[in-house]
Amino acid sequence: MPRMPRKAVFAAASIALLTTACTGQSDTGATDDPNASTTITFWHGWSAPAEVKAIQANIDRFEKEHPNIKVKVVGNINDDKLNQALRAGGSSGPDVVSSFTTSNIGKFCSSGAFADLKPFIEKSKLDLDKIIPKPMLEYTQFEGKRCAMPLLGDAYGLYYNKDAFKKAGIKAPPKTWSEFTEVAKKLTKSKGDSYEQLGFMPNYHGYETVVDHYMSQWDHAYFDKDGKSSIAEDPAFAEMFTYQKKLVDSLGGFQKLEKYRNTFGDEWGAKHPFQTGQVAMQLDGEWRLGMAKDAGVKFDIGTAPMPVADDEVDEYGKGFLSGTVMGVAPQSKKQNAAWELVKYMTTDTAAVVSFANAIHNVPSTFAALKSPDLTVDPGFKTFLDIAQNPHSNTPPASVNGSTYQTTLQDFGYQYESGKAKDLKAGLKKTADQIDRDIEQAK
Amino acid sequence: MSTLTLRAKRRRSALRTAAFMSPWLIGFSVFFAYPLISTVYFSFMKYDGFGVPVFRGLDNWNYVFNDYPMFWPALRNTLWLVVVMVTLRVAFGLGIGLLITKIKTGTGVFRTLFYLPYLAPPVAATLAFVFLLNPGTGPVNSVLGDLGLPTPGWFTDAAWSKPALTMLALWGVGDLMVIFMAALLDVPKEQYEAAELDGASAWHRFRFVTLPNISPIVMFAVVTGVIQTMQYYTQPLVAGKVASGIIGGSGQQFEPGYPDKSTLTLPQLVYNLGFQRFDYGSACVVALVLFALSMVFTAFLMRRRGGLIQAGD
Repeated sequence: MPRMPRKAVFAAASIALLTTACTGQSDTGATDDPNASTTITFWHGWSAPAEVKAIQANIDRFEKEHPNIKVKVVGNINDDKLNQALRAGGSSGPDVVSSFTTSNIGKFCSSGAFADLKPFIEKSKLDLDKIIPKPMLEYTQFEGKRCAMPLLGDAYGLYYNKDAFKKAGIKAPPKTWSEFTEVAKKLTKSKGDSYEQLGFMPNYHGYETVVDHYMSQWDHAYFDKDGKSSIAEDPAFAEMFTYQKKLVDSLGGFQKLEKYRNTFGDEWGAKHPFQTGQVAMQLDGEWRLGMAKDAGVKFDIGTAPMPVADDEVDEYGKGFLSGTVMGVAPQSKKQNAAWELVKYMTTDTAAVVSFANAIHNVPSTFAALKSPDLTVDPGFKTFLDIAQNPHSNTPPASVNGSTYQTTLQDFGYQYESGKAKDLKAGLKKTADQIDRDIEQAK
Repeated sequence: MSTLTLRAKRRRSALRTAAFMSPWLIGFSVFFAYPLISTVYFSFMKYDGFGVPVFRGLDNWNYVFNDYPMFWPALRNTLWLVVVMVTLRVAFGLGIGLLITKIKTGTGVFRTLFYLPYLAPPVAATLAFVFLLNPGTGPVNSVLGDLGLPTPGWFTDAAWSKPALTMLALWGVGDLMVIFMAALLDVPKEQYEAAELDGASAWHRFRFVTLPNISPIVMFAVVTGVIQTMQYYTQPLVAGKVASGIIGGSGQQFEPGYPDKSTLTLPQLVYNLGFQRFDYGSACVVALVLFALSMVFTAFLMRRRGGLIQAGD
């Protein structure tokens, strides 16, 4: 057997050393004494002054209840920064981590980027099924591995202009998609080649009217039991795409709607089309209520769950859910202390309620949802009910994040605009692409 | 004994040379050689950024070229921008430079006016252009409409998004203008006088006097323009994101390229694959494609440069 030259061996070893140095190693062992005095670091993504203040208030309460644990809080952390820190490890990295990108949970759990919380949950004797609504439990685990806990949530429903409803003689928000079409048409007032008022902006670029938000109102499954994309086989997808396309056509057609959409203000600004009265109904998250009030809208705002498929009326009340996920960094040497903070922030009723009140999000525990201390006005209650509805749902986690959702969304753009005409073939092609992307990521 | 002394002297001299070169050597190794070798290495690996890299042969290359739906549109867009945007930027920068060197009064004012946009941060400049070119509410289309001219969809129309990005790039052409002005002012006046005595027209003076003299600067502008365009990321991403209306709501990630993948560029794919899909191996493949394309373009242009100077001579 020929011997490798010494230089070649040295070069290969150097490259291997350099490359492996860049790959963070997971360590799930938690040997720290939870009663010892220690300081842990918590990274989160909130940045607005009111949000940062609310986080700090919760941390202050935690430190009061756990005098041995001090928490260093670092805000405005996005997933890029978070991933970099988790990859690099090191003593200056976070002990407690959080992310707004719910769809990344598949990667966080499968790669070990977030520590497995099962041993901690068992040690704390938490029965999560009795504490946290099922959809929120779903989006914080992947293939049976729980690596995160939900830290408040977002629930999506229908906002409607009560004054416009009254003027159009509409007495109640629609419960089925057929009713919804009729209501949207009644509320639509054309003006030349544009609109004086549009009942509803159905296009997939209409801010929150994306494919997965629509799909949440149909009984559906993105993947079969083998993990293959089922969008071509599950009739719910074809039904949704067909319905949306008909809605687009019935409200003036794709081009006219796109032209009108280009007159809309920013989604997060005061000139949001629902707030300005340009559209009379809007699919949106619970935050819109506060934003609309802050913008000083002149009409009464109604809220309701989004409609459901005509043959699924018994599931009316459900909606799309997502939210912030919180976990423990696997490289942390203070995992027991870190878990204490995660447990407190995500399961302590007073902590969850006060944080939800402060940032106007939906609480993520049953107890907090029913708490008398929760500040609830009638419009917001709709979203609390959606969060507790057993049929509410969120797309399942995937190993490549939200790629399968954006792939399906891409097909949606093609279909709504008329560029793709064969729905069946398009869904099949999209399903094949999703499977190929997941195969590549595994 | 004298041989040993000579050898020691040579060794000392070599060490001294290495010591003087060490800042560059360290910089080259850390910031160029190692990343390049790593990129090649990871392009053959399955690596999600967290676990241990696993060898997977040519799978990543096969995926990017055959199955990744964004690669070919991004490559086409990048090539379009390299050919059209770079050409127009060089021509526009040279044209403005020529104009400003010719005018007698107000040179400083015009130079400042044309240079200022270059200083605008890319994100702010792109946001301003998306606002100005908004097909529904933007002032540009209002004026075009009032004049009875067609009102394009700009950043919302796949056919117009790249021309709109090109307009944005032309607006910020101040860097090239300054470089060309310096080069134009450096052309010996005697050559123009001799050409005029020979009866050369303005075009001939430009073609046979100006161009040969500034050809190294033209080549510099083209080569750096090509490399910059290969790395074109911020403007198309921001324009696509803002114009689409979907900024990435709660729990979601944004897929670049709006409208209809027309603003996708290769650097965006590196981000999409590496940081959104956690597929660092495939991201490295795209990075290597970018590297190879930059090398090919630069080599091609450097060969052409010889021809240009010869023709001028």
